[in-house]
Amino acid sequence: MKASIRKITVQVEETRVEMGEVVSPPTRCAVACAVIANPFAGRYAEDLTDLTEIGVELGDLLTRRCLEALGIRPEQAESFGKAAIVGDGGEREHAAAILHPRMGAPVRAALIRGPALIPSAKKMGGIGTAIDVPLGHKDAAFVRSHFDAVEARVSDAPRSGEIVVAIAITDSGRPLARLGGLQKHEIKGEDGLR
Amino acid sequence: MSLIEIRRIVTLTEEIMRETGPAPGHVLKRAAVLAVLTNPYAGRYEADILPMMEALKAPGLEMAKRCIAALGGDAKAVAGYGKGAIVGEGGELEHGALWHVPGGYAMRGLLGDAKAIVPSTKKVGGPGARLDVPITHINASYVRSHFDAMEVGVPGHPRADELVFVLVMTTGARIHERVGGLKPSEISVWDGQR
Repeated sequence: MKASIRKITVQVEETRVEMGEVVSPPTRCAVACAVIANPFAGRYAEDLTDLTEIGVELGDLLTRRCLEALGIRPEQAESFGKAAIVGDGGEREHAAAILHPRMGAPVRAALIRGPALIPSAKKMGGIGTAIDVPLGHKDAAFVRSHFDAVEARVSDAPRSGEIVVAIAITDSGRPLARLGGLQKHEIKGEDGLR
Repeated sequence: MSLIEIRRIVTLTEEIMRETGPAPGHVLKRAAVLAVLTNPYAGRYEADILPMMEALKAPGLEMAKRCIAALGGDAKAVAGYGKGAIVGEGGELEHGALWHVPGGYAMRGLLGDAKAIVPSTKKVGGPGARLDVPITHINASYVRSHFDAMEVGVPGHPRADELVFVLVMTTGARIHERVGGLKPSEISVWDGQR
């Protein structure tokens, strides 16, 4: 493996009651984070291919960890999102190199399909920095009930020479979603949008 | 009582002159407008919250205008956008979802019928909670150079009975964007994605 991983964290949120109303079935969201060494910390590098290759590895690894934590089959996953926090020895573009060029394909492969854009966020941060990972439906970006986010944080990362990479997977939309718009049973699933 | 009571409006601007490496030769600007509103549904479960979605259209438009003004006043200079919501603890995550339609359509309309879905995050949080607002290109979600995010928050808000709604706009790509992918000049399908 190209990535030098210091640690992996996996968290599952299960929401059972919201505003006193029972959420049935409970909504569930998993976030898997990998803390990796930043091969370009402390210097300016023009070619960021190494990070892009790390993105491929982590796309597969972290998606599988989420599915395992939720205890679901790939086709039961409903929404997804990704994010990265770069320690202060690195550069914002390092997050982009991991998240954007090639990470999507292994995520979609692990989920069998997912034609929608994988929403993302990135930031620079010190140890314990939290990031809000945006979520959208994996088959149709306009499904309104699945617009959401989940906060990811690793208490002892990123150190200056590290990057925290997060992937979030759910088996549901927001608890008590009731704002109309495109519904999941109306998904055509052809263009990634509707 | 009126569904809309704005308690506070905060405008944040960032001018990014340098990153790691050579001087970029231009300044990247990012602006956020945050409105603190009374949450008319705080403290109880209200099944029908759609009236507030309609009532938010006018303040949404006003905030979008302020955001363009914060970037210098030229709507044509706006290249990226995003939106978000923080719900005070007396409210429910679903109240944050009220912002999708009015926040999104206000920006898209003012920016010349921008095509791309407006990326977003939302959370329930205490006073001073921070939110990472994702950013994409306004006409094609897959333009890789414009994927970004901006961390925002209002000190002291949201209180338990408040909502914070956020709009974010930027003037261009990340400094030293160099991970390839779709460029703005290559947008050809005009489906909001490519």
